[in-house]
Amino acid sequence: MSTRLASQGRLINKDKAVAFTFNGKHLQGFEGDTLASALLANDQMLIGRSFKYHRPRGVVASGAEEPNGLVNLGKGASFEPNARVTTTELFEGLTATSQNHWPTLEFDVGAINTQLSRFLPAGFYYKMFMYPRSFWKHVYEPIIRKSAGLGKAPKDRDHDTYEHFHTHVDVLVVGGGIAGLAAAKAAGERGARVLLIEQTADWGGRAVVDTPTVDGIPAQEWINNTIQVLENMHNVDMRLRCMGAGVYDHGYTLAYERLTDHAPGDEGPRHRLWCIRAKQIVTATGAIERPLSFAANDLPGVLLASAVRDYAVNFGVSIGDRTVVVTNNDDAYRTAIVLKEAGLDVPVIVDARVQAEGELIDRARALGIRVEMGKGVASVKGGKRVTGVALCAQAGEGAVLEEIDCDCVAMSGGWSPVVHLWSHCGGKLDWDADQVMFRPDPERAPTGADGQAFVITAGVANGHLFTAEAVSDGWAAGRAAAKAAGYTKRGAQAPMGEDAAEGPISPVWLMPQGARHALRAKAWLDFQNDVKVSDVQLAAQEGFESVEHAKRYTTLGMATDQGKLSNINGLAILSQSLNADIPNVGTTTFRPPYTPISMASIAGVARDDLFQPIRMTPVSEWSNNNGADNEPVGQWRRPFAYVRPGESVQTAVNREVKNTRENLGLLDASTLGKLIVKGPDAGKFLDMMYTNMMSTLPVGKCRYGLMCSENGFLSDDGVVVRMAEDTWLCHTTTGGAEHIHAHMEDWLQCEWWDWKVYVANVTEQYAQIAVVGPHARKLLRKLGGMDVSAEALPFMQWREGKIGDFDARVFRISFSGELSYEIAVPAGQGAAFWEALMEAGEEFGIMPYGTETLHILRAEKGFIMIGDETDGTVIPQDLNLQWALSKKKEDYLGKRAHERSHMADPDRWKLVGLATEDGSVLPDGAYAIAEGENANGQRNTQGRVTSTYYSANLERGIAMGLVHKGPERMGEVIEFNKVDGTTVRAKIVDPVFYDKDGEKQNV
Amino acid sequence: MLILRCPYCGVETDETDLQGGGQAHLKREGPGSSDDDFEDYLFMRENPKGVHFERWRHVYGCGKWFLAARCTNTLEVFGTYPAQTLEPPQEIKDKITAKRPGWSWGTFQ
Ligand SMILES: [Zn+2]
Repeated sequence: MSTRLASQGRLINKDKAVAFTFNGKHLQGFEGDTLASALLANDQMLIGRSFKYHRPRGVVASGAEEPNGLVNLGKGASFEPNARVTTTELFEGLTATSQNHWPTLEFDVGAINTQLSRFLPAGFYYKMFMYPRSFWKHVYEPIIRKSAGLGKAPKDRDHDTYEHFHTHVDVLVVGGGIAGLAAAKAAGERGARVLLIEQTADWGGRAVVDTPTVDGIPAQEWINNTIQVLENMHNVDMRLRCMGAGVYDHGYTLAYERLTDHAPGDEGPRHRLWCIRAKQIVTATGAIERPLSFAANDLPGVLLASAVRDYAVNFGVSIGDRTVVVTNNDDAYRTAIVLKEAGLDVPVIVDARVQAEGELIDRARALGIRVEMGKGVASVKGGKRVTGVALCAQAGEGAVLEEIDCDCVAMSGGWSPVVHLWSHCGGKLDWDADQVMFRPDPERAPTGADGQAFVITAGVANGHLFTAEAVSDGWAAGRAAAKAAGYTKRGAQAPMGEDAAEGPISPVWLMPQGARHALRAKAWLDFQNDVKVSDVQLAAQEGFESVEHAKRYTTLGMATDQGKLSNINGLAILSQSLNADIPNVGTTTFRPPYTPISMASIAGVARDDLFQPIRMTPVSEWSNNNGADNEPVGQWRRPFAYVRPGESVQTAVNREVKNTRENLGLLDASTLGKLIVKGPDAGKFLDMMYTNMMSTLPVGKCRYGLMCSENGFLSDDGVVVRMAEDTWLCHTTTGGAEHIHAHMEDWLQCEWWDWKVYVANVTEQYAQIAVVGPHARKLLRKLGGMDVSAEALPFMQWREGKIGDFDARVFRISFSGELSYEIAVPAGQGAAFWEALMEAGEEFGIMPYGTETLHILRAEKGFIMIGDETDGTVIPQDLNLQWALSKKKEDYLGKRAHERSHMADPDRWKLVGLATEDGSVLPDGAYAIAEGENANGQRNTQGRVTSTYYSANLERGIAMGLVHKGPERMGEVIEFNKVDGTTVRAKIVDPVFYDKDGEKQNV
Repeated sequence: MLILRCPYCGVETDETDLQGGGQAHLKREGPGSSDDDFEDYLFMRENPKGVHFERWRHVYGCGKWFLAARCTNTLEVFGTYPAQTLEPPQEIKDKITAKRPGWSWGTFQ
């Protein structure tokens, strides 16, 4: 059983007990424990179930590379799935539950999958879930949905806060082991501004466990001294619990700091996302131990050798009383030595190497530990827990030589440098055959804007596995980084490290070397995603030769640990299967983040009211106080309708629609874009921007204009006003002001830069209010001021003057078909002007109306709306707007495109009105069905609905749509699909449903 | 997250302050152009692994469009220059030649 040792445990405080629960069980750990060490101290070896076969799983590792130990943490507003037990620090009251099992962790129905594993090979999903098609909805999808995903999404709103932090540094050092500390000190001494980050809660990395000496003193002492020196340097900042997540272009780096995960009651944000610009980055990220691939290597109780050592030294936890060590290198002997010295039993060290000599081997032998050279593990015995191992010859096929009882297996397949951050922005790797590892190639480093390397890798991460080289390499990297950042002051000498000498490693990718299929089918590569040696071999056999293809086909390395343990082993198996060298097969791409980061940290403070800025018009406050039911339009909030007490939104809309036609309506049109275009060449410029002629528009007049992209597609529309000889005012759609302004700037700056034109966006400088309805003129006359008669201010003209006491520009334009004045006043007077209109309009039955009424009124008139009738594939000709395409102009944006064959095709769908036979409202976006089926067996279509409303004025549904040869088919009835599977019949009609001759707007 | 220098206001600016505008030095084709030329202008773009010329706008700064010469492979920036030109300045071309002898891009070399 796993238990707490009487001695050891450098990180825990045995005077401070910490209570927590796991699956409702009340357990106790110590201050300084991780959730993993506390669970193991309580003999909780079984922690979860694997993804595909629901195999029992225990902790394998002691750090960020842990693939199995994922739990649900907390409850309610602090619930979090997939928390890694090895990186979760224990705190009082922590509640954890296991995931990915049903109904209980100990008895899981899904584990039946393991019996079926023969039927669930690599690529199973791709092969199986193809046919018959009908099985998808009722059989496959429900099963996949039920078993997909690890953990559950939280149900409650997250109550914690999160933030971003931006900083610039000369040298960023990632990793607080001895190499990182040496690098930070070397760079700091030279005067560079340094930020040193470490993902765990403690400095020192592996050296504190493996206890080499540095500068003649024990590593821990050297680390303490160095930290003190660094803390006294004003130009060095240090952060624990801060993980280097990703390195991006030109030295941009994201780091993820976990501030209160270990102390949930504390003030302040829970996570902080650091956005760092570093001139130079030192990645001293260490290495991760590799598992060995032997049968049943996934049983709880089989751990990495370094993890077994970590639990003993750091937390005083023994995984078992009898530990068999399996290795292909000297380093794992340290585990045997640590365990033996702690009074535990190590019945045998199984060394796959035929021959090996070294200081550590000698020390193990001197402690009386049996060492078996040239041997391997044929298989691990046990059900939910290791009970023993069967030994075999490593060179053979797995014939059992001997069975040995044990309750823990410590395995080591060698070490892989953590090259993720090096690789994120293009750093390349070399295969080091002697050390059996990929290591960064300093000749092919990520490069910055100046073409020079901006990442230097250091220490163990650079392939220097031994203390002497690691610490001096870290120092050299810090010095080089400071120099590259422009700091050349002299600093102290390089630290000198010393450690037990180790002999060479021997590559072991499968144990035993000639393992039969039955063994290979139980030799796990990816513990979380259940990928075995046999799966990768099958993928290779089926032709998935590229490592990226094999990864996706088998899901190797695609779990939340992103293959930190499995990648190199899987790659080696793939290359053996392909008879290729490992470097020729290559690695999969390393992508940020290094370990998962919270979604909330990415959002930072951008949530609730701070999610995005809300744009307000001068009338917004009045509207919000008077029943506005708002809808988002870009970053604006526009009233959809003004709902009175006791009314539904639909009733309010019907009331507004009728009142505007019968009496008087008021619309806040301030959101419409307003661009001033001015200069000697402004007319020429607008003739290029709009499809119609704007240079000939007389001063005092208005003209409806269309804009197309160079592709010929409609992009915006609006009324253009000639204000003066050299000045035009262009109205854009509500969402269009910014991008149409940018569009104009682009052409002016990049194509016609010699034209003398200036564009200013004055959208927010004016409040614009539409006074609409038969009584509109009476209202303005009552307020007094300028002459608004039909003679003085005819339709499609504008005048500047006074309305009441307000300075106003009055545009006689109409988007409703009614008598209508759009009146712009300075924004500061907008609210007062609106209230003056409301007050004076009372006797004429004035009512404000919202965007839905605006839409219905324009649809009754057959006026198009950008974004409804257009979708980026519609040209003016489709909307019967040929009249707005100037024939006199030689050129305008979109003109050449309209000559392209597809644009001139007579078979294009064109705008018509649609009137259902039963008067109902057509579903939005519905397709008109046609005879026959297309090549995919889908019903052919002949048109679609673009706008559809209930018209209270006409007391029926009205719609517009694009229909194949529509305008030539007036009176024909076609059928539209409804979502319930039925169809509805509609007659093709003129899109103008109301006042076809336009008499009402022109009075 | 590139850093580019805006040639108008001289600011070394983060990509978050910039808006990309695709390939630089396109020649506009209008009415009267052949179908092939117009298609090239609308759709055909260089996609090099190496020297490239791009349009960028200092959108959250001075608002000006400028052009950048950079290497898409190494992220090296050879230089930025105002957009009001039909071809890269000689100085930029010389700089590229020094770093990437024998380079060519469209009709430039
Ligand atoms: Zn600028």
